[in-house]
Amino acid sequence: MFRNQYDTDVTTWSPAGRLFQVEYAMEAVKQGSAAIGLRSKTHVVLGCVNKANSELSSHQKKIFKVDDHIGVAIAGLTADGRVLSRYMRNECINYNFTYESPLPVGRLVVQLADKAQVCTQRSWKRPYGVGLLVAGLDESGAHLYYNCPSGNYFEYQAFAIGSRSQAAKTYLERRFENFTDSSRDDLVKDAITAIRETLQGETLKSSICTIAVVGIGEPFHILDQGTVQQIIDTFEIAAEQEGPAAEPDAAEQSAAAADQGGSTDEGVAPMDI
Amino acid sequence: MPKQQANWSPYDNNGGSCVAIAGADYCVIAADTRMSTGYNILTRDYSKICKLADKCVMASSGFQADVKALQKHLAARHLIYQHQHNKQMSCPAMAQLLSNTLYYKRFFPYYSFNVLGGLDNEGKGCVFTYDAVGSYEKVGYSSQGSGSTLIMPFLDNQLKSPSPLLLPVQDAVTPLAEAEAVDLVKTVFASASERDIYTGDKLEIVVINADGIRREYMDLRKD
Repeated sequence: MFRNQYDTDVTTWSPAGRLFQVEYAMEAVKQGSAAIGLRSKTHVVLGCVNKANSELSSHQKKIFKVDDHIGVAIAGLTADGRVLSRYMRNECINYNFTYESPLPVGRLVVQLADKAQVCTQRSWKRPYGVGLLVAGLDESGAHLYYNCPSGNYFEYQAFAIGSRSQAAKTYLERRFENFTDSSRDDLVKDAITAIRETLQGETLKSSICTIAVVGIGEPFHILDQGTVQQIIDTFEIAAEQEGPAAEPDAAEQSAAAADQGGSTDEGVAPMDI
Repeated sequence: MPKQQANWSPYDNNGGSCVAIAGADYCVIAADTRMSTGYNILTRDYSKICKLADKCVMASSGFQADVKALQKHLAARHLIYQHQHNKQMSCPAMAQLLSNTLYYKRFFPYYSFNVLGGLDNEGKGCVFTYDAVGSYEKVGYSSQGSGSTLIMPFLDNQLKSPSPLLLPVQDAVTPLAEAEAVDLVKTVFASASERDIYTGDKLEIVVINADGIRREYMDLRKD
């Protein structure tokens, strides 16, 4: 994307029918560190990569508990994510207060999407610069949604957002057909493996990733570092054996993905994805 | 034309009594389960006790609709606190929150007479007693509700330190053992049920200690 005369404010259309400010907001999501989500019939797992500014600082919180049955992982402007999490928590508390039952995830993501849309149609506002992976349970089972700054939302079996998320998406695309009937533990292992894909070579440690689970009979909670490290240890040994063979494949796939990304920029608007 | 008086009241009194006693490492909170209106009984099986946090329990008598609204309000505020601070509210913190919540409606009060009981941050028992608009005090024991006029003097007789002027200075916390305190509560309610028509049916006792929260029931007179 290049600067042009139609991108100054969000209330200006381009001749091609695009809102550049909204598209730039979606770019902000791509710059954030990776977050992934995957679901089975009964559980949803969220994972994210913890990036700290420097050795001295702590990493930013990217996974938030919204209610016992809903959690969210963010990528992009974490401050915007924090504010939206607070909004989601409030909505859940208010709904529960009035109806004495948990807010269905499907309703919450619509409210979130409508809130994001408002910012794409006011000259004095800017779009939220954060993408949200919303994991939740309702009467019909486990759900995973992605809310983007444009005000669109989609339901996914598995998804990844943020920088180097294409590697995770490729891994998830290969394996997603198995997820519906996966056990909770297998789902967590898949999530950690997907995160490892985004690290591309960097050693996977529990200190650089955060995993959270929600499921039927299991309220949303973030797994503690010890548990995550144990899981990493169990399959790092197995993975080491296939490691040298897998790396050349991953390099070819990410090169192909980069080519595709370049050609779509000038043509189809990203929001159509 | 002389000034008109209201012929409808937004309040009702559902009766009942509540008691709380603080110990060195425990707290006992109890209330009867009778809910009445006027001279009629609405139900013999209504709990006036609500767990607000891990170590904090509230018992309230008065207008149960207002009590329910108050409990829901505090539960919502507690959830917000947990999201922001990543931990449960302590009993003294909840005590202040309850006071502020009650005073917020100073000019259309919650018709709710509360006792809050639990463990403070050091694990010692604490009891807070309130009026309808939020005036509160940390005490060693308290009672509220229709039977409180019968119960309080008896508790004073059994638990009150001889005089605040006496040395050594006595803590607000009573030196009773947990089992003795539970027994005292049972005695107290049995006596109150004899003479207070709004107290009876069943007694619900909640005990908080380091092991967690425990619930017990005892039958009372049903007349």
